Amino acid sequence: MQKSISISNGSPESLGIEHKRIFRNNKRWSENIIKMLLTLAGIVSIFTTIGIVYELGKESLLFFNLPGVTLRDFLTGTTWQPTIGKFGVLPLVTSTMITSLVAMFVAIPLGLGAAIFLSEYAADKTRKVLKPLLEILAGIPTVVYGYFALTFMTPILRGIFGQDNVEIYNMLSAGLVMGIMILPLISSMSEDALHAVPRSLRDAALGLGATKFETSIQIVFPAALSGIISAIILGISRAVGETMIVAIAAGSGPNFTFNPFKAAETMTGYIARISGGDLGYDTPDYNSIFAIGLLLFIVTLVLNMVSRAISRKYREVYE
Amino acid sequence: MTNQTSKQWAIETQDLDIFYGDFRAVKNVTLKIEPKKITSIIGPSGCGKSTVLRSFNRMNDFIPGAHVKGEVLFQGQNIYDPRIDPVQVRQRIGMVFQKPNPFPKSIYENIAWGAKINGYKESLNDLVEECLVKSALWDEVKDQLQKPALSLSGGQQQRLCIARALAVKPEIILMDEPCSALDPIATLKIEDLMRELSNQYTIIIVTHNMQQAGRASDFTAYFTMDTDRAGSMIEYGVTSQVFTNPTNKSTEDYISGRFG
Repeated sequence: MQKSISISNGSPESLGIEHKRIFRNNKRWSENIIKMLLTLAGIVSIFTTIGIVYELGKESLLFFNLPGVTLRDFLTGTTWQPTIGKFGVLPLVTSTMITSLVAMFVAIPLGLGAAIFLSEYAADKTRKVLKPLLEILAGIPTVVYGYFALTFMTPILRGIFGQDNVEIYNMLSAGLVMGIMILPLISSMSEDALHAVPRSLRDAALGLGATKFETSIQIVFPAALSGIISAIILGISRAVGETMIVAIAAGSGPNFTFNPFKAAETMTGYIARISGGDLGYDTPDYNSIFAIGLLLFIVTLVLNMVSRAISRKYREVYE
Repeated sequence: MTNQTSKQWAIETQDLDIFYGDFRAVKNVTLKIEPKKITSIIGPSGCGKSTVLRSFNRMNDFIPGAHVKGEVLFQGQNIYDPRIDPVQVRQRIGMVFQKPNPFPKSIYENIAWGAKINGYKESLNDLVEECLVKSALWDEVKDQLQKPALSLSGGQQQRLCIARALAVKPEIILMDEPCSALDPIATLKIEDLMRELSNQYTIIIVTHNMQQAGRASDFTAYFTMDTDRAGSMIEYGVTSQVFTNPTNKSTEDYISGRFG
């Protein structure tokens, strides 16, 4: 092609019309549509959250406006018996705490052990097989876990600790099985965090004559700590919010006790029972589940915020 | 090179082959490293320089499938003898890496850590100071030992990595292109430091930088890749000899910058 553009005389008028390349009109509709769809996806999830908070708040207000119900009694009372007007949420809270605590006692050591093994010790091939296998555990429906707790774990516990000590429905059994359910969440997320620690840090430690164990525990683990803490807190949120396992295996009756061998209903278990039952709309029992739901929501929200704060604080920047 | 019959070499290899799985990456390396001198290993990319260096303290153990044939003698002992604990080998033959890789801990902790895990009983404070003085970093960081090591500049970080290696009391220090991520001024500081350290330590350095090998090392080994893609040592001798009067055409071409 012949070029006739002269540099010394570069005004637009001087350009031959056959060489003029015109920008076409900005008509990338598809790009705009995609942008709109993506924005919509974001907005939907935000509005869902807002809707949930609104509904929880509204119904909770109804509950707290009932005669004889005060926020103080709700948060500090140790008896939950709606029939006689006792609305102390503590029995439900302690049960949630104990089952979650038991679950974390199982899930944290096993989950972190599995994560360190997979990330630091297992050969690449082993890791590629074992990690998905472990993640299958997370895919089992929780109702199956619930019956696993009731029909498998509970008899074992009763065999070990005695029929008289362990009730058929008990928090220990539900907590243990919940721990198994949460294990893959913690191990998988922690493994990702450990795996993301650069090879060069391990080399540095090993090159100083550290053993593999010293390197894993003292160098790699702290470098991955923020991710690991997030994994643990997410695991706790999961345990606090878990419903099916505790509804089936932990018992269905509020019970203010710290003995894990006893039956005691958790916050989630109570909500499930009332909402599935035949209690009428606008009865105090019915309204109370929204107050408990709001409390659960706040607890998990706080846990998530703590998780974010901690991972920001302990983030070890390694490059 | 001096050659007495009962000479104690820092490291001695005999027909060393190094494999990654079935692939022979390095072949027939017979090399004797002079103690308390600086030996540089040069050669084009992919010729196995780093592989050879890492075989000297068994860092290749961590690469799946890597193994050696032949012997690497350290003070007369084959470090690949199954009875030898590779962790102990790495305590006595330290390593400094290509990119500065301080731990995400304080300056102090970076140096003290290696000593602690190896059961160092004496004063850690003294040790930290001693190592920082030796690595010419003390004056720059003495007032900020608790600051994160990653707040230092790249050159300071690399000197910290050298100080960290010294804290384990090694006899040999392996350096794998220690200046490739540093600017010329930081590079010169490291070279001065190497010269200083060679009074006490044997230093083996892999470098891509011809001038660096020329000015900073006592001996030079030139490696190149063979037609079967295995690296092998073509020439080895006193640095001035190798640079001014190489016996091999390939060495001459590489040194004069015709390829590489």
